[in-house]
Order: sequence, then structure tokens, then C-alpha cells
Amino acid sequence: MSTPKRTLRDAGALAAAMVAVGASFGAIAIAYGLPPWTPVLMSLVVFAGGAQFLAVGLFAAGNPVAAVLAGLLLNARHLPFGLAVSGTLGTRLRDRLLGSHLMTDETVAFTLAETDPARRRRVYWLVGTTLFISWNIGTVLGVALGGAVGNPDTLGLDAAFPAGLIALILPALRDRETRLVALTGAALAVALTPVLPAGLPVLCALLGLLVLFRPGGPLRPGRPGSQPARPASGSSPAHPGPGSLPAHRGSGSLSPRPGSDSLPLRPGSGSLSPRLDSGSPVPRLRSGFLRPRPGLRSDRPVPDTWRPAC
Amino acid sequence: MLIAAILALAAGTYATRLSGVLLRDRLELSDQLQRLLPMAAAALLTALAATAALMAGSDFAGVARPAGVLVGGLLAWRKAPFVVVVVAAAGVTALLRLAGLP
Repeated sequence: MSTPKRTLRDAGALAAAMVAVGASFGAIAIAYGLPPWTPVLMSLVVFAGGAQFLAVGLFAAGNPVAAVLAGLLLNARHLPFGLAVSGTLGTRLRDRLLGSHLMTDETVAFTLAETDPARRRRVYWLVGTTLFISWNIGTVLGVALGGAVGNPDTLGLDAAFPAGLIALILPALRDRETRLVALTGAALAVALTPVLPAGLPVLCALLGLLVLFRPGGPLRPGRPGSQPARPASGSSPAHPGPGSLPAHRGSGSLSPRPGSDSLPLRPGSGSLSPRLDSGSPVPRLRSGFLRPRPGLRSDRPVPDTWRPAC
Repeated sequence: MLIAAILALAAGTYATRLSGVLLRDRLELSDQLQRLLPMAAAALLTALAATAALMAGSDFAGVARPAGVLVGGLLAWRKAPFVVVVVAAAGVTALLRLAGLP
């Protein structure tokens, strides 16, 4: 199957789940007693599932300021994501303005799983648009159907999103340095989740980059010219062509491949490609897009596990 | 008030997204640092997957979800198609819940 077709199918699977979770978001907002336009507007202009679930809970609890602050903290990871996909979006201002809104965890994961710059760009817009549309359709359905929408957890959708992310990032983890960084960061994030407000633990995963400075590591100070993270993954010549993609999802790696992502595209690659769009709000995981609302349940109108940032 | 809060959240989120994209040009990053960007994204995404798989709010997520994600992860590792990974993870979790596991 060609990459676009496969990507379309994969994004379709994710989109179906997003419709369901978007519906639960719409229904929960209504159950909280918020006006019907609230979830619809949020899905359009915020387009970040985790932050939206968190925010409606805090709105319902009468704490809009906390809702904004907590949501922004949860979304802070989009800044490093933006740095990573900037090259993919190109230099045209319109693409950047529009593409930025479509940035979500899933879009970034799908995009960075590709190695070819042109393909990356197509995937970004394709996945982003698909997820934006499905998330918004889901939200409207949820508002319309209200209580008739079941809890997506019954369908196991809360497991679908992390599993999908894992499938997307696995190829990148074949690179030894990337794997060390990512697993260290993930362990830190999980360990810190019980003690930090939503959003911060995932950001703390960036501290995983410090392993590159370990003795013998690629960035150990005092090793002039040391190369960080070389894609160890098998056969990757400096510019991995399509032929060198790791098998799975066609994908390449999130990992530092010279020749990938932001690097090569950067300056003038402006507008090679057709712009679809991209984005993705999936609710239900915790800090991500997919990740929603810490501790919210429809029958528990107030997020009792959320704690203000200390 | 509600609408102001929503718009503030939207504006802040959008600004965060856009600033990463725009900043990239302004930063004079060495080749070394440039190579770190995809690694940083990989670390964030892995952390998102791990916390989403294992945690619910600030507590552990129980058995069903981590088990489903584990099955999905193993399938992904065996190079199963993406759709299979996602459906299997959801299916296992749903069945375990049906069986009464948390």
C-alpha cells in the first residue's frame, strides 16, 4: 500500500476513535451544565483534547482562571513540538499560521514517523485535517446526543490512543540514543505524575535529554565535535532515502536523522507541497491531546484529582 | 466570562504552537542541537504514551488499560499494522473491563 493510502487508513482509524471521544467531550460538557456552544467553540478554537476535558471540568467547578492556566500548562509541550515540525510546515506564512493550529500529539507523531520531507509534509496536513474534522464532528454529535453518548472507556478507547502513539514512535526508538532519552524521560514523567499538576510531568520528560551528557555519551562535555544522537538504526546513510525506512509504518524515525524533519526543509522548502492540514485532538490521555482530563468522569462533575500548580 | 476564558485558552494554546514553529528560524542552533529536536519530540511523545497508558489523573490506571496498551505495544513491536494495534489495544481493554477488571 502506498504511504498516503496507508496513512489515510491509519489516520482514519484514529479519526474514528476521535469522533467517539469528541462525542464524550461534548456530552460531558453538557452534563456539566455548560451552554451547548461551549464545547463546540472549544473544539474549534482550542483543538486540544486533554486541555479541553480539563478545562470544562474546571469551568463547571466555577474556576475559569484555573481552567485557562491548567490548560495552557498542559499544552506547553506544543512549543517543542513546533520546533520539531517547523521545517515540515515550511516557510510560507499561511501554512505556518494554519498548520500550527492543527498541531497535536498524534499529528506530530505521524509526521515524525516519516523520513522523507515531502511525505512528511503531506502526512502532517492529511492527519491534521482528518483529526480536526473528526474531533469537531464528534463534539457536535456529543452535544446533540447528550447523555446517549456512552463512556468511551467502555470501548477501551483510552487504551487505543497510547497504543497508537507507541506504534508511531517505535521506529524512532530503534536508535539507541533516542531510546535512552525517551525511556528515561517517560520513566521520569510517570514517576512525577502523582506529584505534579497535569502537563508538567510530560514536560519533565525533556530532562531525559540529559542522558546524552553521561560519561561516554554523545554529548559529554569536553568531546569536541561529538555527535549527538546518530540514528543507529540500521542502515541509515546520511540521507535516508525511502528505501531505508524501517519497516513498520513506513516510517522512519522521530529520531535525529540528518536529513529528516526540520533540518533539510528549513529554508526554502517553503511550499513544495499541497497543504491539507493537520491536527489532532484526542482526548483521553492525560496530558496530551488524547489525554484528557485527569480524573474527570461524567458522573463526577468536578475534577477531584486536579491540583493547582504549586 | 466563560467565553473570555475559552478565548484566552485558545489564544494561549495557539501562541504556544505557533511560537515553536516561528522560533525555529530565529534560533541559531548548532547541528548538534538541531539533531536534538526530534529526540526531544520522541521523549515527549513516549512520555505521553507512558503516562496515558499507566496513569489516570494522579493515580495508576488499574489493570485493563495498561494490559490493552501492552498488547498493542507488542503487536506494534511485531510490526502489526497500525489499525490492528489500535483495535487490539481497545478490544483487550474493553473485554477486561467487561470481565470486571478496573
